[in-house]
Amino acid sequence: MIINRELCDICGSCVAVCPVDAISVSEFCVTINQDKCIECGNCQQICPARAISGAKK
Amino acid sequence: MKHKNYDIVVIGAGPAGSVAARYAAEQGASVLMLERDREAGIPVRCAEGVSRNGIAPFIDINPKWIAATIDSACLHSPDGEQAYMYNNGTGYVLERRLFDTELCNLAITTGVEMLTKADAIGLEYSGEKITGVRFKHFGEIKIANCSIVIGADGVESRVGRWAGINTALALNDIDTCVQYTVSGIDFESDACHFYFGKKVSPGGYIWIFPKSGNTANIGIGISGDLAAEKGPKAYLDEFMKRTFPEAKVNYTVFGGVPTAWGLKEYIKDNIMLVGDAARQVNPITGGGIVQAMIAAGIAGQVAADSIKAGDQSKKFLLRYKKEWDSKLGKIQKTMYSMKERFMKMDDSKFNNLVRLCQSIPKEEFSLKKLFSVAMKGDPLLVAEIARAFVASKLK
Ligand SMILES: Cc1cc2nc3c(=O)[nH]c(=O)nc-3n(C[C@H](O)[C@H](O)[C@H](O)COP(=O)(O)OP(=O)(O)OC[C@H]3O[C@@H](n4cnc5c(N)ncnc54)[C@H](O)[C@@H]3O)c2cc1C
Ligand code: SF4
Ligand code: SF4
Repeated sequence: MIINRELCDICGSCVAVCPVDAISVSEFCVTINQDKCIECGNCQQICPARAISGAKK
Repeated sequence: MKHKNYDIVVIGAGPAGSVAARYAAEQGASVLMLERDREAGIPVRCAEGVSRNGIAPFIDINPKWIAATIDSACLHSPDGEQAYMYNNGTGYVLERRLFDTELCNLAITTGVEMLTKADAIGLEYSGEKITGVRFKHFGEIKIANCSIVIGADGVESRVGRWAGINTALALNDIDTCVQYTVSGIDFESDACHFYFGKKVSPGGYIWIFPKSGNTANIGIGISGDLAAEKGPKAYLDEFMKRTFPEAKVNYTVFGGVPTAWGLKEYIKDNIMLVGDAARQVNPITGGGIVQAMIAAGIAGQVAADSIKAGDQSKKFLLRYKKEWDSKLGKIQKTMYSMKERFMKMDDSKFNNLVRLCQSIPKEEFSLKKLFSVAMKGDPLLVAEIARAFVASKLK
């Protein structure tokens, strides 16, 4: 999964729906731990800023 | 590495964190509150609507952080009808940046130690037992030892997960939101507006909350499970083009609102979650400020009691759950089952509901009246939902 940092508003919604706690937030940036990610696509679907891509269809 | 000792560490300085910290410190506990951002209350990811009765127990009402006083709510049906519901002067639209700052100041003047730019990154353990919080403060990693951790870290909460609590929300239990603060339009200064409909805002609604000086918060929340193809911004942009083509957008925020009934587990030995972190938001309206403060007041008090009693076991801390359940937790579950029915309601039912509201003269408006009219008009479901909606929005 890829986060477009220019679109991301650091709202934390993606963190709330990640089933495996793969996403972390700091004051200025959100990061996905690719080793933990199971590519469920939840974060991409919830992201209000449409900043995440990469889910397999 | 620096270590310092406290009775309680609160993570997050939103309404939940500030109130929990203050209530614990009032009882003599030593409390540290950590906030990741450079100050509490920004950015404001919120429509800023609250009821006066909801906030009054926690803070002296001060016009400085009130942007508008609300007398009525206007519901807009999918087919374009509208109905006003009155509830004189019982609602406020806040300046949340100032409101959150004041709550924070109240905590600090009660003796809470607060650090900003302090990003909690994990819990400290001795064996299985939580003994403190690890955090980054201006780039330096520090540890605060404590007997109790209160996770008040908002929708993006990870504190619970660190303690092995599953806080993950299903997509139908979170609304994905965007809000514009706009100017350039004459808004009614004392009414909130809500727009419903599958094409307008699937599984949620569009809101207009007026603020001072011809500005307003106009936002949308749609249910996460219905957001695969089209996100909230696309819906809101269509609405703006249709309804307020002349509006100027001053700023934009994105956000998520938990619409679950709560969490099965939010208390363990040495740890409690409060506010959005514990998903304590009204699942129908998405309002969470008052809920967060009520839960935090209880949790702060219980934390202080547990320090006095020398017992930080889950068993002791469950007093918080017991009191929350009796105050709001049970209502949350009712609201949640209503939300589920509300989500399945088709547009014609909403049209019906708004027409029922219209049939009640303004000066006679009361929930009782609405209920009796709705009963006569037929669908019990409609009556139930209207009642729940009004009660929870304005309570
Ligand atoms: C678009 C939108 C509109 C809304 N409108 C309304 C409304 O009109 N009325 C209403 O009542 N509610 C509304 N809500 C909900 C309301 O904003 C929340 O319920 C409320 O803010 C919850 O308070 P809280 O203290 O639990 O969390 P927050 O206010 O989110 O505070 C959490 C704090 O924790 C900090 N934090 C997070 N992680 C860490 C960490 N690791 N270390 C240190 N600090 C951390 C954050 O920076 C933040 O300051 C809305 C929400 C959204 C998204
Ligand atoms: S795709 Fe799923 S598992 Fe991967 S980061 Fe997003 S929510 Fe988490
Ligand atoms: S949901 Fe989107 S905007 Fe919000 S933090 Fe995640 S990537 Fe950023």
